[in-house]
Amino acid sequence: MFNKEIETMPEKKMKELQLERLKWSVRHAYDNVPFYKKKFDEAGFHPDQLKSLDDMRRIPFLTKQDMRDHYPYGLFAVPLSKVVRVHASSGTTGNATVVGYTKNDIEVFSEVVARSLASYGVTEKDIIQVAYGYGLFTGGLGLHYGSEKLGALTVPISGGNTPRQLMLIKDFGTTVIACTPSYALNIADYIEKNMPDFKIEETRLRIGVFGAEPWTEAMRQEIEKRLKIDAYDIYGLSEVIGPGVSCECSEKSGLHVFEDHFYVEIIDPETGEVLPEGEKGEIVYTSLTKEAFPGIRYRSRDITRLYHDSCKCGRTLIKMEKVTGRSDDMLIIRGVNVFPSQVEAVLMEVPGIEPHYQIIVDRKGSMDDIEVMVEVNEKVFSDEIKVLNNLTKHITDRFRSILGISAKITLVEPQTIPRSEGKAVRVIDRRKLS
Amino acid sequence: MNVTQLSAFVANKPGHLQRVLKVLADENINIITLTIAETSDFGILRMIVNDPEKGYRVLKENNITCSTTDVLAIEIDDRPGSLYKALDAFAKMNLNIEYMYAFTEKREGKAVMIFRFEDIEAAKKALIDSGYNIVRKIDIIGENK
Repeated sequence: MFNKEIETMPEKKMKELQLERLKWSVRHAYDNVPFYKKKFDEAGFHPDQLKSLDDMRRIPFLTKQDMRDHYPYGLFAVPLSKVVRVHASSGTTGNATVVGYTKNDIEVFSEVVARSLASYGVTEKDIIQVAYGYGLFTGGLGLHYGSEKLGALTVPISGGNTPRQLMLIKDFGTTVIACTPSYALNIADYIEKNMPDFKIEETRLRIGVFGAEPWTEAMRQEIEKRLKIDAYDIYGLSEVIGPGVSCECSEKSGLHVFEDHFYVEIIDPETGEVLPEGEKGEIVYTSLTKEAFPGIRYRSRDITRLYHDSCKCGRTLIKMEKVTGRSDDMLIIRGVNVFPSQVEAVLMEVPGIEPHYQIIVDRKGSMDDIEVMVEVNEKVFSDEIKVLNNLTKHITDRFRSILGISAKITLVEPQTIPRSEGKAVRVIDRRKLS
Repeated sequence: MNVTQLSAFVANKPGHLQRVLKVLADENINIITLTIAETSDFGILRMIVNDPEKGYRVLKENNITCSTTDVLAIEIDDRPGSLYKALDAFAKMNLNIEYMYAFTEKREGKAVMIFRFEDIEAAKKALIDSGYNIVRKIDIIGENK
């Protein structure tokens, strides 16, 4: 264990620590971010009234929309001179959600990732190939700093270029790979198709650290079988810190939440009421130690369940189930967050295109595929193929540059997209995740 | 002088072309010649019909995406090498052909081909200047619509 004192802290003591830190965090947000002050005042709540963990339910929620409304730095609680890094989620300009980190925040971020790696059995003797994208996305740099914090040899290869990934696994003696689970399967596919002589069991690869998108137990078994490794889930979201909010342990059953930095509640997504431990609902996060970007009761929209068990790994931290659902319409495509409304916004930029579209998400082989069907009306129709091909190319390019995804655009006849009770069915998700 | 072509957007799936043809059949519209340009997902059906205005209207009424375009019907000798010669002439005149297709029936011993030029007016002028006979609309679709 990377931090035995915290990770095995008795429940009661942990709750005391949480309350003490919550008092600081809630006041920090209230005193330094006008948005929180206004919102708390309107709800008739003052940080002085926070006497027990139960009082948390009186505090209003923070939503993704609040973050968009205060783009880019509006919710930061320290001067920009104290902020050393930003990360941002995908989105059209002005719609992205931006988060900031002080030096101390980066320290915490590195610590929780290091703890996660240690819980999978990774040590300073390991060689970790970080195949998450490096950039505004928290995955690459998050794993990188955590790996260095642990003292492991860190290979910052970033995502993509599968032949090179395999070359380094072999030549560098990589023992741990960190990437999205779908990319792990993509690597397995690549070996099968293009490198029949590559023997994965002859490499030193032994552990996979997978996150940034929902994945199932079936996918774990497939990855483990094909890449001959142990596959572990790392969970997180940039709004809270990035990967390392919670992680699996040797038991591969539920994820331990690092409760000394993140306070978690489960609510009914319809009513916002807090649900008792053990019930399924939307998980809500409050940061306990973050300086630059305190998140107070952030509605994650992820659906899960919280519970305590006597985990064989020895950790006493509360557990959450693997997240497989959302309480909104957000799609996660190859680790990129996509809302149907963003798809619509891109289509609406094209003169003549009407808002009749349908998004079909499927997992073909191992990678997520997104197909957007667009109805062709008279305004965009032409007797020339090249005009229609240019139209699909233009839309494809816009999707790539604005949303960061490559989507297949299919032109379809009018009235093809099913309309049920006057409302179009916007998304068909054929991936089987639960 | 221009011939009006009727084009329709058709999904590349069984039954879809048939649906368009049924609409035209039910309205008693005769197809004189046609061609389909296809992609993996869809095709563009291009037709010369006896009444393109009505064809356009009835397709539209049936929610089929369609349009009308002016094309040229040009007489070409029905002999080996004459299409080559015609295209050679077009190339020399720098006329770009978007696509072309033919009529099934000969007209007074000559073949008639439909050409979709990038710039129809420039093409028309150049063709007349070089002695090509552009077939009139009335000769193709007849007076009696």
